[in-house]
Formats: sequence, C-alpha cells, structure tokens
Amino acid sequence: MNAPPTHSHDPPEGENLDQLNLAWYVDKVVQWLVFFGGISAIIFIIGIFVFIASQGLGYAVKELDLGEFFFSPLWRPTSEANPTYGALALIAGTASVAGFAMLIAVPFSLGAAIFIAEFATGRTREILKVLVELLAAIPSVVWGFIGLSIMNPLIINTFDVPIGLNILNAGLILGLMAAPIMTTIAEDALKAVPDGYREAAEAMGATRWQVVWRVVLPAGKNGLVAAVLLGVGRAFGETMAVLMATGHSVHIPTSVFDSVRALTATIAAELGETPVGSDHYKVLFTLGIFLFLVTFLINLTADLVVRGKRRNA
Amino acid sequence: MDNPHPFAIETRKLNLWYGTFQALYDVDLAVKQGQITALIGPSGCGKSTFLRSVNRITERLGYVRTTGSIEVFGHDIYRPEVELVQVRKKIGMVFQRPNPLPLSVRENILFAYRLHSGGERLTRNKGDEIVEDALSQVLLWDSMKDRLHRKATTLSLEEQQKLCIARLLPVKPSVLLMDEPCSALDPEATEAVEDLIWELRGRYSILIVTHNMAQARRASDECIFMLMGKVIEHTRTEDMFVTPKHKETADYIEGRYG
Repeated sequence: MNAPPTHSHDPPEGENLDQLNLAWYVDKVVQWLVFFGGISAIIFIIGIFVFIASQGLGYAVKELDLGEFFFSPLWRPTSEANPTYGALALIAGTASVAGFAMLIAVPFSLGAAIFIAEFATGRTREILKVLVELLAAIPSVVWGFIGLSIMNPLIINTFDVPIGLNILNAGLILGLMAAPIMTTIAEDALKAVPDGYREAAEAMGATRWQVVWRVVLPAGKNGLVAAVLLGVGRAFGETMAVLMATGHSVHIPTSVFDSVRALTATIAAELGETPVGSDHYKVLFTLGIFLFLVTFLINLTADLVVRGKRRNA
Repeated sequence: MDNPHPFAIETRKLNLWYGTFQALYDVDLAVKQGQITALIGPSGCGKSTFLRSVNRITERLGYVRTTGSIEVFGHDIYRPEVELVQVRKKIGMVFQRPNPLPLSVRENILFAYRLHSGGERLTRNKGDEIVEDALSQVLLWDSMKDRLHRKATTLSLEEQQKLCIARLLPVKPSVLLMDEPCSALDPEATEAVEDLIWELRGRYSILIVTHNMAQARRASDECIFMLMGKVIEHTRTEDMFVTPKHKETADYIEGRYG
C-alpha cells in the first residue's frame, strides 16, 4: 500500500487494518475444503460400518446361530426346507488361499524390496520401481482371467489333476497381486534404515549381504512385518480374481488341488440374487462384517507395528 | 604391533576425485606407528576424505576414483588383489556422529568379531571375555557391565562413541581412524573421549581429524595441516603450534580463516 495519503485527518492504517480481501476468503474456503477432505476418510469408514452393521449386525447378534456360523462347513442358504448358514468352509477357503498367496508373495516381495533398496542402482532401480507399480495397477479381473484361461489348463496338464481352479491357482494369482504393494512398503521400510548403520558395518568389513542380513533387516523388521500384514489384508479382501480362480465350491480343503470358495467371492456371487431383507441377505452382510473386522484388525496391527518402529528408532 | 615398519600409514602421490572434482592432490604422508597424529585444516580441505580413503570407505560412493598408493605397515591397500574385508579389519574407523548399530551393547562389540571369525561358533565364555576386554580398554566396563543387553542406541552419546571405539578392538586392528570423534559431544564427554584416545596411544596408531585446535594441540604427537586438498605442513605438534613454518599454517592456527 504505497498510495500517498489523500485524507490528512484519517489515519490510512485504520482503514486498511479491518479490510477483508479476496485472499482472506480464498484462505477460509480452502481451509474448510481441506478439513472436509481430511475427515472424509473417517466419515466414509464410519458410514460404511454403520450401513453394514444396520443390515447384518442385529441379525447376527440376535437370530443367527453363531455356533453354526463359525463351526459348520454347511453353506446351504437356498435350501427350501432347512437352510444352513455355516461359514467354516468359506473361512477355510479364504484362509487357505490367502495363506498360500503369502507363501508366494513374502519371499518374492521381500527379495524384490531388498534388491531395489540395497543392491540396484541408478537406472535399474528406477525401472524396477516403475514396473512394480505397474504390476500393482493391473485390474484384478485380468488376474482372474489369467487364472481361468492360462493357469487352469497349465495346472491340469502339469499335475494331472481333474480341475485347475483351486487353491494353487488362486494362491499363485493372489500372491502375484499382493506382492507389488508389499514390495513397495517393504522397500520404504528398508530405505528408512539410517545410512549410518550401513556405513558403520561396511567400515568394519561387512560385505553387502552381511550388511543386509545382520543390520538392515533387523533394523527394518517392524516395517517389513507391516508390509506382510498389509499383504495379508489385501489377500483377504480380494474378490474378483479369487472368484474366478478358486473353483467356487464350498468345501474344506485337504490339499492345494482342492477347489474352495472364499468369503468375498460368496458375497459377490450371491448378494445380487438374494431378496433384500431375507435371512440369506442378512447372513451375507454378517460375512461382510466379519471380513471388515478381520481386515480392520490386520491393518490396525500393521499400523501399530509401524508406530512401534518409529518410537524405538 | 610386532611389525618393525616405523610407519603405520605411508602414502605416495595420492590423488582422489569425486566425479570430476579433485579432493586430494599428490598427498605424500608418513604417519608414525603407535602415535596420535592429528589432521587439521579448514572445512573442505580434504582431511576427512584422506582419512576415509585409508579405510577405503570412500568407495561406498560409486563415483570416487583414486590414484597413487597407501601403504599400511608396508602393504599397499589399493592393490587390486587386496581383500577389502581384511583392509577394514586392520584399519578401524570411528565416525563423527556415534553410530552404534541398533543391537545390544554386547552384540555391537561382537559384531566385527563375528564378521571376521568366518562363521565359527562363538561360545558364551569366549564372547563374555571379548566383551569385557573391549569395554575395559575403553574404560566402560565398570559402568556398562550390568547393561550389556541394553540397546546401544539408547546410551548417552559419550557412551555410544566409546562403544564405537570398543567394537573395533576385538578384531585387533593396527590403525584407528577417527573423524572428528568429539564434535557431537558436550565438553565433559569430549574430555572423557580424549582421555580415552590418549589411553589407547601406543597400542594403536591413531589418525584423528579435528576442527578443534585446542584438541589437536593437547591430544596429538604429530600434526598435519591440509589446505585445498594438499598437505601444507607435517611436524611434531608442539613445533607446529609454536613455530609453524608456513604462513598458511600460522594464519589458520591463529584463527584468521577456517
């Protein structure tokens, strides 16, 4: 404000001090927008939980036989005479596929993270990081398609089994799907290990591998556990690829060549054909609550583990 | 120590480049064994670079190029057939910021020992012996003996830095390199670590970089003054501080630049 004072009686500062200009309004509006953006995640998650709970929680607590739900493998929701809602086989299906997926994903993703963070340099590292991110962006239906049309005949021919849509197939697919996100998070965890540790160990004569094995991995342990847990959460929640590659048959598996059915796939396949408000409909929502709680707990644990790391660092 | 060679470190025409930037120019030095030699000079004069090149830790940066030779007790450590791991075993390094590994005190001390024992299993007794000996040498045993399983990163900075010295000793190094080992410490801790360094004199040949003139003066036998990547003067410490031969040295010591 360099304008020469025109009114000699009025002190010009007095006018300017309580003036609200455009920047002030923009600032206020942006503050509110950012605030709503920030809390929207909380609003959405509460909204989703309230919705799912309103549809299934009352039923799950009062009417549903929880003993049958958790311990019976009989999932016969459409039976006219005697419908049973035993989710044990579905839980076993999800757990077996997710477990097998982790057997594949953990070594691959940790290996990739160690290579990218500790050994690769320059262009190799950049290309690998882009490729890993690209892998994470492949739609799950494409993975399901691969499971259905490539893996299925491959498994049938290789292992001489009657059907190739089974734990092995879905586990492999799911492992490859979960690996990229696990790699990215594990790499971040390794990157967060202070370089002074590496330098100290190298100055004492440690080789690159000794530095990784004896210093970097123990120091980044919490972040690596978090990466694995997030991968497990991903594997639990994945639907489309699992629906297409597991064979979708309700069955407690006894080998990796058994077809199974996952919780998520059950909801996806049946909800559209169920009368709204029926018992079957509400049980599907109960499955949803169960899945929600499991993934929530896994993510919460991962988060706490990472926080634990920060506190000790 | 039974090596009859009078010099712990001898360099000939040592040049070093970071990419295209030359940090050391024809450094010819002979550091006497069993003594404390201080490296002084203004920031960026190449003293840390020189120190780090003796442990070859400079090579962590892929773009460093070195010519000339560095002999440690008569062995050229830059010959291609030299085993880097052995070089670093013989020549221990202490850094500016204490950098104990995020392991227990005991595991920190056994770290280098385990690296160099070739996978041989370490018995409990032997381990205890090594830990006690190393901590005693750095005057930490009495205060630390009940805290051997504490995480080393939770110790005080003074204890951390002493531990960083202690963990080098189990593999019996002949040379200890120290890169401003007291610059992160408060005055009392500095004094304690200086006393310790003086205590280690004779058993090890020590090369120490310092910014602190008073420290160089009271805690070294010989002193090397470097400027712009070149060695300007190398004499006995008392001579350098009383009758410096070069004008640059005199100006630096008197605080006219740096």
